Amino acid sequence: MTVRVAIAGVSKIYETREGDDIHALDNIDLTITPGEFVAIVGPSGCGKSTLLSMLAGLFPATTGTIRLDDAPLAGPHPKTGVVFQTDLLLYWRTVIDNILLPIEIKRRPREEYLARAEALLEKVGLAVFGSKFPSELSGGMRQRVAICRALIQEPGLLLMDEPFGALDALTREQLIMDLQTMWLSVNNTVLFITHGIEEAIFLADRVIVMSPRPGRIDLDLAVGIPRPRRWKEVHENPQFLAAMRKVREIFEAKGVLAAS
Amino acid sequence: MAKRRSFTKRWLEPIAAPALALAVLAVWQAAVPIFEVSEFVLPTPWQIARRIVVDFPLLLEHAWITLFEVLAGFIAAIVIGIPVALAIFYSRPFERAVYPLLIALQTVPKVVLAPLLVLYLGYGWAPKIFLAFLISFFPIVISTVVGLQALEPNMVSLVRSMGASELQTFWKIRLPAAMPNVFGGLKVGIALAVIGAVIGEYVAAEKGLGYLQLQANAKFDTTLNFASVVMVSLVGVVLYFAVMYFEGRLVYRREAAK
Repeated sequence: MTVRVAIAGVSKIYETREGDDIHALDNIDLTITPGEFVAIVGPSGCGKSTLLSMLAGLFPATTGTIRLDDAPLAGPHPKTGVVFQTDLLLYWRTVIDNILLPIEIKRRPREEYLARAEALLEKVGLAVFGSKFPSELSGGMRQRVAICRALIQEPGLLLMDEPFGALDALTREQLIMDLQTMWLSVNNTVLFITHGIEEAIFLADRVIVMSPRPGRIDLDLAVGIPRPRRWKEVHENPQFLAAMRKVREIFEAKGVLAAS
Repeated sequence: MAKRRSFTKRWLEPIAAPALALAVLAVWQAAVPIFEVSEFVLPTPWQIARRIVVDFPLLLEHAWITLFEVLAGFIAAIVIGIPVALAIFYSRPFERAVYPLLIALQTVPKVVLAPLLVLYLGYGWAPKIFLAFLISFFPIVISTVVGLQALEPNMVSLVRSMGASELQTFWKIRLPAAMPNVFGGLKVGIALAVIGAVIGEYVAAEKGLGYLQLQANAKFDTTLNFASVVMVSLVGVVLYFAVMYFEGRLVYRREAAK
């Protein structure tokens, strides 16, 4: 069920309205094995969201190829689920109907997935909120619903584009823990994009560090901290501390972070 | 303090508007005899109310005509306006060609076309319907276009990533998201359509509340004149509430639950 991702020589050049070319991504090679949790960290403008959008099949690469399970990607893939930075819930639909949106779009029988949607809601602690409207939920709850909406498709590949970027620090920490729990029970392939160094290392099996304009991979770092990971233990783990130092050093060298 | 506020909230606020209206009517009712104003200059509210009751069949007969003209023009504006708005939204060349013209035409006061419409369409209901259509068409088109354009682009990315076709995107996302704006346009449109129909009747007509009002005016029958005003207002209010009823059934507003 989980998906293998192979990105080879992918570049993306945008043309601006003035007719100038912008190199968003330059010659990216990245292979993600099935069931791997990969986080991409980088500053704004490093093309990480562009890469994710291309994996989601929203637009093609300028050069290079993207393969999911060895088949070249030619548009949105049925096995892919996406979580965006904002929850993008439809305010005129109840929580349950929001979660079932991809099922409707894929013209699958709603009744078959209703129980599954309720189970997902229960897993994220929102069992009693199914018939509520998004405006009745807090930001963290809404993003949980957005994650449920991606998971109902049973995605072999889950793409997350700074999913916790718009949340407050406490809610974010809770959602990171919840995401780990959920992922450990599903074990699909995840590509998680963030500018949070800490959350990337905490969550991922592999952290990819990217630098801006044109976006390039500067570091591909394996994180072998045993799971389930807990904040308190991880913060004292020498591997975590070493990884933090390494990623920060790269950002400092590139001038993304001020050297301290 | 808290108690006083809850008293204000529970009792004074709901009755404030009706109370003011009643007060104005009472002052009017009292002032007319005090200043010895004759009925053909300014009838009292009571005289107007009695006249409405007495002449109700006559008023109703003309009200139906006006109501029909307004509704026909308004429905035509929806049936033609929404597809035009969709064409503007989906077709770039169409937008480039039509949208600036629409905005420019918006500035023409449509009522000045009334005499011309009589010239071309005659004395029957046709010019009134056309004027009602013309005057309500623009707000419906423009607010529908604005509603469609206001959708967050990421919403489209989201459903596209789920494999949605453009048709699905339209029905699942674009249309529901535009509905509050569409109904904003419809509410402006229905109020304007009443004006359009009545102006049409002022220019040339043999029936309708506008015609009845002009007849009353010519005979110095000010009471009937006022009675017509009340009936036109009633037509407007009924239609506006009808639109609001459909809005309540079809639109779930973002603020509603907050």
